[in-house]
Amino acid sequence: MSIRTPLGFVRGLGSAKDGTHHWWMQRVTSVALVPLVLWFVISLLSVSRVDYATFQQWLSNPIRAGLMVALLATVFYHANLGMQVIYEDYVRPECKKFIAVLATQFVLFVLGAISIVAVLKIALA
Amino acid sequence: MSANKRPLSPFMIGPYYKPQMTSILSITHRATGAALVVGTLLLVYWLVWAARGPGFYEQAQTVLGSMLGQLFLFLWTWALFYHLANGIRHLFWDAGRGFELDEATKSGWWVIWSSIILTFLCWLIAAP
Repeated sequence: MSIRTPLGFVRGLGSAKDGTHHWWMQRVTSVALVPLVLWFVISLLSVSRVDYATFQQWLSNPIRAGLMVALLATVFYHANLGMQVIYEDYVRPECKKFIAVLATQFVLFVLGAISIVAVLKIALA
Repeated sequence: MSANKRPLSPFMIGPYYKPQMTSILSITHRATGAALVVGTLLLVYWLVWAARGPGFYEQAQTVLGSMLGQLFLFLWTWALFYHLANGIRHLFWDAGRGFELDEATKSGWWVIWSSIILTFLCWLIAAP
């Protein structure tokens, strides 16, 4: 135990210089996701019930495959930022919060990588 | 005095605060966000099974086309539209607009109705 206040420990260390980065990237990804999600939903209306050949043909268009990869990358980034804030608000103590944030980052990164490779495999088949 | 011993305001859910439309929409934004992260597993499943070949693609289509699959996708559609609409509402707030109580209430109703109407519209168009 120390009689120093939390403020006393950090005073003089300087800021981390990335105070608004998380907040800003959450906004950047959300602005990007508005058109991407609308495109995704409208696209799925037309290909949600088609056979494999038609779906493969649809995704082999480089613009669609590119938009799909962009959507997936942005979605998983945005999801990671959002989940981090939820953990930071509700998970205590600090070590559990840290593990939750890190585990989610790893899982979402891997899921993003897997789904992007899946899209490329279908598109380039 | 240690800062850790200072009294904190009570947790938002409980008998301390009266539920209001704006506060319920706020926590729903979070809930739909977390639900969408879980729901994205369905999208990953669909894409990966499609990448494995026509047989697996048909299998995924059958699973997602089942009663339970369709129910999940329906709820997922609503969560997506809600998070999208309320996300746009948040972006307007970030720009410093719509903070007056009557404006926030009005935009809240817009979010509720647009998310419901867009969800039903999608499922009417995509109905088998």
